[in-house]
Amino acid sequence: MSTIAAISTPNAVGGIAVIRISGPDALTVAERVFTPANGKPVSAMAGYTCAYGTVRDQAGNPLDDVVLTVFRAPHSYTGEDTAELSCHGGLFLSRQVLRLCFAAGAEPAGPGEFTKRAFLAGKLSLTQAESVMDLISARGDAELRCARSLREGAVFRRIHACTDRLVELLSDLAAWADYPEEDIPSVEPENLCASLTGLHAELSAVAATYDYGRILREGINTVIVGRPNVGKSTLMNRLSGFERSIVTDVAGTTRDVVEESVRLGDLTLRLSDTAGLRDTADRVEQIGVEIAYRRLEDAELVLAVFDSTSPLQPQDQELINRIGNRRAVAVCNKSDVGALLDMQELDRHFDYVIPLSAKTGEGMDKLSAALHALFLADAPDPQAGVLSNERQKHCVMAALEQLSAAISAVRAGEPLDCVTVLLEDGANVLLELTGERATEAVVEQVFARFCVGK
Amino acid sequence: MEKPLGSYDVIVVGAGHAGVEAALAAARLGCRTAMFTISLDQIANMPCNPSIGGTAKGHLVREIDALGGEMGKAADATFIQSRMLNRGKGPAVHSLRVQADRVAYHCYMKQVCEQQENLDIKQGEIIEVLAEKGAVCGVRTRLGSVYAARAVVISTGTYLRGLIHVGESSYQSGPDAALPSMLLSDSLRKLQIPLRRFKTGTPCRVHRRSIDFDRLERQDGDPDIVPFSFSSDPSGMQNRVSCYIAYTNAETHRVIRANLHRSPMYSGRIEGVGPRYCPSIEDKIVRFPDKERHQLFIEPMGLNTDEFYLQGMSSSLPEEVQLAFLRTIKGLERVEIMRPAYAIEYDCCDPTALSPSLEFRCLHGLFGAGQFNGSSGYEEAAAQGLMAGINAARMIQGKSPVVLDRGTAYIGTLIDDLVTKGCNEPYRMMTSRSEYRLILRQDNADQRLTGIGHEIGLISEARYGALCTKARGITQEIKRVQHCNIAPSAKLAEFLENHGTAPLSTGCKLADLIRRPQLGYGMLAPFDPERPLLGEDVGQQVELEIKYAGYIEKQLAQVEQMRGLESKTLPPDTDYSQIRGLRLEAGEKLNRLKPINIGQASRISGVSPADISVLLVWLSQRGKEHAAGL
Repeated sequence: MSTIAAISTPNAVGGIAVIRISGPDALTVAERVFTPANGKPVSAMAGYTCAYGTVRDQAGNPLDDVVLTVFRAPHSYTGEDTAELSCHGGLFLSRQVLRLCFAAGAEPAGPGEFTKRAFLAGKLSLTQAESVMDLISARGDAELRCARSLREGAVFRRIHACTDRLVELLSDLAAWADYPEEDIPSVEPENLCASLTGLHAELSAVAATYDYGRILREGINTVIVGRPNVGKSTLMNRLSGFERSIVTDVAGTTRDVVEESVRLGDLTLRLSDTAGLRDTADRVEQIGVEIAYRRLEDAELVLAVFDSTSPLQPQDQELINRIGNRRAVAVCNKSDVGALLDMQELDRHFDYVIPLSAKTGEGMDKLSAALHALFLADAPDPQAGVLSNERQKHCVMAALEQLSAAISAVRAGEPLDCVTVLLEDGANVLLELTGERATEAVVEQVFARFCVGK
Repeated sequence: MEKPLGSYDVIVVGAGHAGVEAALAAARLGCRTAMFTISLDQIANMPCNPSIGGTAKGHLVREIDALGGEMGKAADATFIQSRMLNRGKGPAVHSLRVQADRVAYHCYMKQVCEQQENLDIKQGEIIEVLAEKGAVCGVRTRLGSVYAARAVVISTGTYLRGLIHVGESSYQSGPDAALPSMLLSDSLRKLQIPLRRFKTGTPCRVHRRSIDFDRLERQDGDPDIVPFSFSSDPSGMQNRVSCYIAYTNAETHRVIRANLHRSPMYSGRIEGVGPRYCPSIEDKIVRFPDKERHQLFIEPMGLNTDEFYLQGMSSSLPEEVQLAFLRTIKGLERVEIMRPAYAIEYDCCDPTALSPSLEFRCLHGLFGAGQFNGSSGYEEAAAQGLMAGINAARMIQGKSPVVLDRGTAYIGTLIDDLVTKGCNEPYRMMTSRSEYRLILRQDNADQRLTGIGHEIGLISEARYGALCTKARGITQEIKRVQHCNIAPSAKLAEFLENHGTAPLSTGCKLADLIRRPQLGYGMLAPFDPERPLLGEDVGQQVELEIKYAGYIEKQLAQVEQMRGLESKTLPPDTDYSQIRGLRLEAGEKLNRLKPINIGQASRISGVSPADISVLLVWLSQRGKEHAAGL
């Protein structure tokens, strides 16, 4: 039996929301997302006990203060090990906690599944069983209606286009494997890899619409990094003061990492300032530098600050290396004072290099423009739809995982029948959204597209 | 019932590829068996291409052999060219295909049947299936004789109300000018068996001396021959013939287009549904107008004949049009037709009326197999024949039927597809139809099925013992290479670099090297001094199991999940319209198909996951009621 999770409280804003996790791995899942305040591991908690603590995201950043209640099998509603996380009742927040549970190994609960499990575990009486069946049936219908309405949605059409392409690729592979003697184009690993990479990108873009929605609602996790004294804190203050009248204080998002939430045009930045990056013997400062690098790892936006009055230093180079492919803007501060910085070198590494003076505010408009370009230029057209449904997101992410595995398998030179199996699993999770099965869809495509047969 | 002329446990109607396997299996399992055929000269005939195997079909033949069926042995005894297809595309899709000598194959099978203890072979047309109290009790022949039987297997192929079309002519006939079976359909209909009409076709046969072989591409067999049967010895096996490839061209297509109106398919005279995977040449040209040429294979029909088969050119156009379009093809300019191509319509059943044991739900003791069940192909037919024969015998012996699941065999996949999803056109097996194809490989069919065959009683102790020895050898050798240390050395570094893979910086296990895509078990022998002397087949299994361990484990986990649902049996007498919470459509479908377990129910189209949940709760509720003595 798998471990399942769902938000058990009504889908509306309330004081508290409960995320219920049930199944053999319920406590393991809870342990992965929940850090108890008293340090006692979840696995050591007895049934019917509670613990106060924090839910942390995958990067280890606290998300919310919650109370965890543990039920041990068979003494729970479902008769299985169960963990319930009571968090603050925002819709978004509770969904985020739920997503963390999925990332930690839980699967989305099906219609009426908690109650079904309760019945199967003998927790409900026979007379209750019929009402369970009615319940499942009603929720199943609701889900079906929901799926039908989704089918008309723009996001669904995008996912569907990806699914179609995947099934088409699979039918290429199938025709090629099943009709070796026919005049069928052979599937070359390079071409397959290129197609898969394209498909991966498109599906990632669909997945990103989910993040786009989140960015609009929640803000961009932004880190300001640089050597000491390049003007990070001045920039931080400048940004905070920039159009101060619309600086927001997003309720419930006050975290130790987020020192300011700043509204910049259409964007909300969740800014964190960090220690200056340098090699230091000072133990405390060294910890600060490590934290800075860790923040950088998790950031959605890096504002890398350089000093225009001096050439690039080894620490600057180190920072550039660490940034890698993250979304980043090079801020050349103190542009009003000097111009010794090798701007061409920076241009090689950053799409946006913005000379500015945090002190005078000169160039801040260019920074704002760069950030808008970075986040909103290829922002999904709201008409094209934004992924908002947890289940869709789950399917898309699972499919992406299989696609990545398939791409690495092709690159590693593994035989295409193995790759096919990975792709089929990927297609199956996407087809789940429409209730089809890959093997049948593929066979249909083979006959529709290829002239095969004796 | 009138006084019978003979009395049997099992009677098999039809002696094609399904019929012979069914009859042999039932007889070998100790049942008194009779096999009826309209003509003894048509036993195990190949009325279409003279070939056995191919993608997925080759898998079926190896599975039939692993279970104790005959097809693999017959093919090994009578093949004239053998090739392993799809080498280089991965082990799951390797497929064995042979050209068989059509007459030799027929003679071999006929004699195997003649020599089989418990099996009587009779020339006679069965026109009626007799039933009493909801159970089969015998058959009646065209000559009026009655034979008693407790089980009857229908494997009538394309004989049942067979109707051949060539251009504007059509006439009642079985395949290869055999007599058709015109009367049995009515009897089956009276017994509530749902029948329908399918169509298939075959290309022409032409004379060797009318082909210019030097204008064609030649295709030879493999130098190393792999037999179909796990018990055949490959030494001494050799290729005796070559096949040839030719192509249609713009002129061929023009001739066909100009005469389309004369095809019975396009004029609407054929009502049967034809298979998309086996289209006639006119179908190909209509459906794929942009394709500039179509490939055809020119294959010998045997060693003692000058007939050649033109694979890829099946047609129902008039004879003179066939000749005209063939003569546009390079190498066939002076071709002479010996047997014209034709389309054939026939009656077959709706396989969703069958249970997974291949017994009809509506009539105890009546089984269906082969093309009669809506499939196509000799191998698909033989696979069903074998299972129908086994299950007919088990029914008589009071044993539960053998049902192979989708995680065990292509045979199981084939039968599950037929009886659960049904088919709207003749069903052909393909590797893409199996979701577990990395574990259902043709190379490990013996390991998957020979144990089952032994338990059924079709595999000898000797053969089962050999399998156990082989399996032990594989397990031990896998263990050894997983623990065998390999140290870096100059010689190894050179070897690895020559094979385009990185040299070792530190020591590793032999298994780690085998796993590299560029390497394999066999070629690493020089670096593995402690390697025991093992058969090539063991080495091959070791390599595959190690190389694809990750994928295999993943698929095994999926199979386990599937089996969880497969083990939840649904009572056959369930009235699904009475189950609360089931949607109407689901209830109707379930009532029509009566699935044997939750797994099968979940594969029925129109049954949703929520319906399955409802069924699970219902099953559990029912279990509790039974336990409580209600």
